[in-house]
Amino acid sequence: MKKLSKQSRTSFFTYGGVILAYVLLQLYNGQVGLSSMIQGLLVPICAYVTMALALNLVVGVSGELSLGHAGFMSVGAFSGTAAAIALQGVIPLAPLRLAVAMVIGALFAALAGFLIGIPVLRLNGDYLAIVTLAFGEIIKSVLNNLYVGFDTTGFHFSFLADTVSPRMAEGGKLIIGGPMGISGIPIISTFTAGVVLVLVALVVIFNLVNSRAGRAIMAARDNRIAAESVGINVTKYKMIAFVISAALAGAAGSLYTMSLSTIVANKFDFNTSILILVFVVLGGMGNMWGAILSATFLTLLPELLRKFNLDQYRMLVYAVVLILVMIATNNPFLQRVAGNAAARFKRKKPAPAVEGGQSHE
Amino acid sequence: MKKFLALMLAMAMVFALAACGGDNAETPATDAPATDAPATDAPADDAPAADATGAFKLGGTGPLTGGAAIYGTAAANGAQIAVDEINALGGIQFELNYQDDTHDAEKAVTAYNTLKDWGMQISLGSVTSKPCEATAAKNFEDRIFALTPSASSTAVTEGKDNVFQMCFMDPNQGSASAQYIFDQNLASKVAVIWKNDDVYSKGIRDTFVAKAAELGLEVVSETTFADGNDTDFNVQLTEAKNAGAELVFLPMYYTPASLILSQANAMGYAPKWFGVDGMDGILTLEGFDTSLAEGVMLLTPFNADAQDEKTQAFVEKYQAQYGEIPNQFAADAYDCVYAYAQALEAANATPDMSAADLCDAMIAQFTTMTFDGLTGEGMTWGADGAVTKAPKGMVIQNGAYVGM
Amino acid sequence: MTFLSYLIQGISLGSIYAIIALGYTMVYGIAKMLNFAHGDVIMVGGYMCFFATSGLKDHFADGSVAQTVVPGLAGLLLAMAVCTLLGITIERLAYKPLRQAPSLAVLITAIGVSYFLQNGAQVLWSSNPKICASIIGKGAISLGELSVSHVILLTVVVCVAIMVALTWFTGNTRMGKAMRACSEDKAAAQLMGINVNATISMTFAIGSALAGVAGVLFTSAYPTLQPTTGALPGIKAFTAAVFGGIGSIPGAMLGGILLGVIETFAKGYISTQVSDAIVFAVLIVILLVKPAGLLGKQVAEKV
Repeated sequence: MKKLSKQSRTSFFTYGGVILAYVLLQLYNGQVGLSSMIQGLLVPICAYVTMALALNLVVGVSGELSLGHAGFMSVGAFSGTAAAIALQGVIPLAPLRLAVAMVIGALFAALAGFLIGIPVLRLNGDYLAIVTLAFGEIIKSVLNNLYVGFDTTGFHFSFLADTVSPRMAEGGKLIIGGPMGISGIPIISTFTAGVVLVLVALVVIFNLVNSRAGRAIMAARDNRIAAESVGINVTKYKMIAFVISAALAGAAGSLYTMSLSTIVANKFDFNTSILILVFVVLGGMGNMWGAILSATFLTLLPELLRKFNLDQYRMLVYAVVLILVMIATNNPFLQRVAGNAAARFKRKKPAPAVEGGQSHE
Repeated sequence: MKKFLALMLAMAMVFALAACGGDNAETPATDAPATDAPATDAPADDAPAADATGAFKLGGTGPLTGGAAIYGTAAANGAQIAVDEINALGGIQFELNYQDDTHDAEKAVTAYNTLKDWGMQISLGSVTSKPCEATAAKNFEDRIFALTPSASSTAVTEGKDNVFQMCFMDPNQGSASAQYIFDQNLASKVAVIWKNDDVYSKGIRDTFVAKAAELGLEVVSETTFADGNDTDFNVQLTEAKNAGAELVFLPMYYTPASLILSQANAMGYAPKWFGVDGMDGILTLEGFDTSLAEGVMLLTPFNADAQDEKTQAFVEKYQAQYGEIPNQFAADAYDCVYAYAQALEAANATPDMSAADLCDAMIAQFTTMTFDGLTGEGMTWGADGAVTKAPKGMVIQNGAYVGM
Repeated sequence: MTFLSYLIQGISLGSIYAIIALGYTMVYGIAKMLNFAHGDVIMVGGYMCFFATSGLKDHFADGSVAQTVVPGLAGLLLAMAVCTLLGITIERLAYKPLRQAPSLAVLITAIGVSYFLQNGAQVLWSSNPKICASIIGKGAISLGELSVSHVILLTVVVCVAIMVALTWFTGNTRMGKAMRACSEDKAAAQLMGINVNATISMTFAIGSALAGVAGVLFTSAYPTLQPTTGALPGIKAFTAAVFGGIGSIPGAMLGGILLGVIETFAKGYISTQVSDAIVFAVLIVILLVKPAGLLGKQVAEKV
């Protein structure tokens, strides 16, 4: 263990933690049985965790605030799901079809990320944030007006009005119906596939962060001008992070959609983007472990609150918990206490105060 | 130190998970297919009292919070009134559980699963269309019968033998409206304003436009709005006005409709207005100037002003209990519970039957029975789950509905 | 004629965006935080106006001038008072503990506050929409086929007045200068003897009072009031503020009106289905050409 660098130790612990959680959950499910509610949430949680990891790459590692990440998720969701429906006859094996769909979703989202990255990454700070928000809204609006049909001759597209249905050959199927979204999606996402996706995301992100490119990205985050002065092509490296993040978001979108039987573009609105940002900020910027835990915790929280029969007070309680958690995790006193406790916990050396604490500014 | 916090979070989570797991340990049968013997299905830990009294566990999901909360809360309240009334009679007993789905498919599935863990035997589906598509798929998979009060899109029932609707299906409303306008010779030039990101609105608009083309009604202007863009309708109205539309068809719920009426009034545009069942409720909006809705026509199965005894008793009870006048969502949900009571009675069903057995019994009942409720007399259901009831043409005069 | 009527409708819509954007930009400029709960404070202001007008309306003779004016004024005052109080409370409880925290933590807290206000409003006032009577009646001035409602005229006038007053306030008063100093450099301002904490709290109080005014005018123009009413204008006003250059007071006004006009033209001449996409596309183009918005200051990066 001692030979490993600190980074690889963190990454191995993270992989191990995810795998351990998976094995424990599977064992528990086999022995005792999880409630249907938790079982139904496993795949969405994996999708949200992947989203949080993807956004963490942009917000935490690359230091750019993106408020439109749900847009990439929706691109992946719609393209991947359409592909999965179209491939139903070609690839009968569901896990393979899911994998192909996620790859297709990731590719489309990466393309969208690249195209959007060209203008977006020229901007800074809050202006960059609002432009990503704008792109998120544009993607939503476009998907809300897109009609895609599939028949024996291939795909048919139309925009604004459904001119697809009459053009299709016998046996054709309207896959994306504008504002109606996609209905009757075959449910092929599984928890195992979700965990594999989370692991893939972790491998990609850790390898990127610990590579030359990753160090360049973080150098550009910490001081753009200094990074430029030593010859780092800031835009290029930021683009790498942005496109990879978009691709992961797209794959997560495919996974998410294929765990439900229906989807509409409105699901991926500003609120979803913000929700994912909350996961990242609560987990600690740049901290992958934190993103995984906070995404899981915050997705479960409102559902677990159902237990208490709060009815309409449920979301009120959720809001209060969110505010309190933000205040508590940023309270200097509590941070000191936590820091001391951590130091005692580690015993040998006191935890450096800055560890894992990369802030946005 | 962030790691330490993360650790604490993790611990909190583990406890949370353990807590749910613990609850569940007593009911290993919940995730097994519902073909289990009834005895294993019944002892859900949460409600031992209900078992003692022998109540049917009736569950539903709907938006109880968020932007669509008016519809979900109305349905939950309406169903609760019906359950209270039926339980008071002492015959069939229900235990009702409504879970919040915030008008979102993912949350609806979670809400549905929560109900399944609770031991739901028969279901009220979901209140809104898209979430109901997701839960209906689960209903079909788990063989739990569903009768949705208000999810009206065709995809809800399509290909599922155990999902039924209490409301009209969207396509029927669209073509019925076009037919009505044509038959009554109300207008030859029609404008449509619809909600571009809403399944309900889009479904009605599609069949309306198709039927209008068939009948030779000219649709001169077609404009849309969407979530987040649903307060200003001046452009849509100007376009309809410039195109010379004599009648504006509004396939939407009453909240945006109230804004359209007031803005049209402000710009001095006074065409004939024609709405659908979602328009019901506009007269009872708190603070709404009902003179704006003068002459609005709509096809609706329910109106809170109806003089019959049943409706008046329901409206009175609802007002006393919730301080508001019920809309059609409440009435639909109320009818759902009564339809269930009738079907369960006819099938001689008992609360110790498994969900799958009840499902078969309900399918047999609903496809053959006739039901009289608040939202229509002599309702029947086809095997596809769609209801047949006569829409009533209503026109608003002096702030009240009058039959046309 | 159609063009003119669209233009007038665009300015009407834009003036509503502008008045919301003014409060937004004020808080952003000084406290450097995106207050996502601003739209929900506006919603609370709308409800206050509703309760005042619907409660008082019956105490006056039907059709009399007093019946419109007195409840309207009372509604405005109540909305401003409650919103100011609410703003101060939110600031004290939710934002102040995070003064030293990274800006994103405050942003998330603001979102939590926004959820809280929306769900709180639903618990208190139910999700059923309420129709708020306009504070100055329904009248309109018509010029041939064109008509401009009184509410819109009032909104434009109030908007300009607030803009002028804020510009004067930040430029000439002691408190205003302190605010500008804080927005430039908090640490330096503190060293100069400015109470930074108090200044930021003051900014929130003013911003929330403006939200109260905006709430009243918003519900007068678009009377259907729901707990989620504030969400839409919140995002649109944010966009408008960025359009004009966030932190710039005249910029917020200009950005709001432009946003309204572009949105209306996009709806009228291109398509109602994709009007939002067009608005945001224009925003992106503007930001690429002028990265700090129309009237924003381009701050040179220091090494």
